[in-house]
Amino acid sequence: MSGPLLKLSGVTAFYGAIQALKGVDLEVAPGEIVTLIGANGAGKSTLMMTICGSPHARHGQILYDGRDITALPTHEIMHMGLAQSPEGRRIFGRMTVHENLLMGAQVVAMRNYAATRDLVFTLFPRLKERLAQRGGTLSGGEQQMLAIGRALMSQPRLLLLDEPSLGLAPLVVRQIFGAIRQLNRETGLTVLLVEQNAFQALRLAHRGYVLVNGAVTMAGSGAELLARPEIRAAYLEGGH
Amino acid sequence: MNPILKDAGISALVALGLFGPMIGLKTEASATGLFLVPRPLALAAAVAAVFFGRLVLLTWRGRRPGRYRANRGLSEALKRSGRFLTPVLLAFAVVLPFISGRYGIDLGILVLTYVMLGWGLNIVVGLAGLLDLGYVAFYAVGAYSFALLSQTFGLGFWTCLPLAGLFAATWGVMLGFPVLRLRGDYLAIVTLAFGEIIRIVLLNATSITGGPNGIAGIPRPTLFGLQFSAAGGPDTFSGFFGLEYSPTQRVAFLYYVILGLALLTNWVTLRLRRVALGRAWEALREDEIACRSLGINVTVTKLTAFAIGAAFGGFAGAFFATRNAFISPESFTFIESAIVLAIVVLGGLGSQLGTALAAIVMIGGFEVFRDLAEYRMLLFGTALVLIMILRPRGLVSGRTPSVALGRRREISAELVAEGRG
Repeated sequence: MSGPLLKLSGVTAFYGAIQALKGVDLEVAPGEIVTLIGANGAGKSTLMMTICGSPHARHGQILYDGRDITALPTHEIMHMGLAQSPEGRRIFGRMTVHENLLMGAQVVAMRNYAATRDLVFTLFPRLKERLAQRGGTLSGGEQQMLAIGRALMSQPRLLLLDEPSLGLAPLVVRQIFGAIRQLNRETGLTVLLVEQNAFQALRLAHRGYVLVNGAVTMAGSGAELLARPEIRAAYLEGGH
Repeated sequence: MNPILKDAGISALVALGLFGPMIGLKTEASATGLFLVPRPLALAAAVAAVFFGRLVLLTWRGRRPGRYRANRGLSEALKRSGRFLTPVLLAFAVVLPFISGRYGIDLGILVLTYVMLGWGLNIVVGLAGLLDLGYVAFYAVGAYSFALLSQTFGLGFWTCLPLAGLFAATWGVMLGFPVLRLRGDYLAIVTLAFGEIIRIVLLNATSITGGPNGIAGIPRPTLFGLQFSAAGGPDTFSGFFGLEYSPTQRVAFLYYVILGLALLTNWVTLRLRRVALGRAWEALREDEIACRSLGINVTVTKLTAFAIGAAFGGFAGAFFATRNAFISPESFTFIESAIVLAIVVLGGLGSQLGTALAAIVMIGGFEVFRDLAEYRMLLFGTALVLIMILRPRGLVSGRTPSVALGRRREISAELVAEGRG
């Protein structure tokens, strides 16, 4: 189908009495890399979690592939071809790299396991070397690769990446962003990327949204947003 | 001040506080009633012993106090011995009835019951990471299910065994639902209460359970319809095989029943660890949010852990009922849950071999030292403290990956909080 793969309209979300999202409209077309930038506490991660149904959106609608997923439980949403690499990586520290990858493939009942695993190994050869190693003993960058690799094991159509650059050295960030770009070009994977590292994210993405206090204030192509003075002032000050 | 002196001083103070009333004051009975006799010398001796003992210990260890580390040498030795320890233990368990008398077999039955309970609880606590302080509830449900089914419908042990497991699993799910959102301390409190609720219901539902009088005359298990009795007819074990009747035959048979049940528990657990469900349990123990993001149905995963763990508790309960032929709520107090949990934790959470070893040490050791009368609790406590100092993560605390290419590499104890399968 030709419509957007993911479409949010007027989505609000609450943590108790606190409103974290104040009516977000957002679209991701198939094959696109879309980034969502914003300051700490703007609601970026909440938006990611809301797409996955935890917490559920209170108002508004979330359409994935034309289907309304607003009220579905998380595990059902994750069975529809979405995968998330959560904020802070959240790999299974005491399980091996191999077991972590197997956990990612569980949602598709190990279909095409070998082929997908080989794809992950081409993207992140380091994971292949570390296969028998415990997740918790990996370096930060390797853990991030594992988190993305684990998400890819479910062969998603839409990959949600929550702050993959968090706490990583610039060189490692470039490596990971390079892998995302490669993945998008070669397999046409659609990516929704949440980032604080606005400069890198906007250069990578086809389009971007700026989230401020739970609402989208600006949208446009990556290059457009990069050129806007208010973005430069707010997010790229002292940037590269 | 010298840290060693300071540490010894603090120990002496603690000893003073503890021993002050315990040793320093003695109650004497006289014609008019009890009166207190102070014993300052005995108290001073006890405190001085602690002070100098601590001083010597710390000087001998030659490092700053308060830095316990997992004993690597012991850990390595246990790991190496683990490879042949398992077959040796298994072989010993199989031949035990032939080389031991009635007492030994009885003790074996007791130990194996706890091994089985430990393995069952290990699924819930060790693998899925759900701290359950009310495991005895499922043991009770299994025992009462069998007792009531046999009393009411005249069903035998082998018919009731799966039913007892099924009922216990149902109760496991019923406990699971309300505690789905709870974690850690809160989960522990609710499960503790659940265990007590079951016991108190059994105690008070007099018309069904007989209340504190319990249920007597629970039938013994048969071997393919052959009974173990002195009657000697063709439908008894001794009559059918033309053997002379001896009560040991029945006890040995019970022993093999519980051995089989325990091994079944172990086998199922080991199988489950290698499939998606078992891996999901371990992942759930590690990080629930990550599990959700991977599309794991956390509700179902938790409930199956409760249900399967409970089912094995129920099997063990049915066995307990048939072995004792009598059950009452007294057998299902909190202390049973605590002992089983202690076995799992001491053995190393998630470790099958560790659980078995801990059950042997705790239950067997407790029985072996029966002659020591009141000192036995002291020994028991000392043993627990020693294990926690030398092996703070349990006897067997490494973890074998559930899947590997080529050789399985053990994950060393320092890197895991929970043990291996």
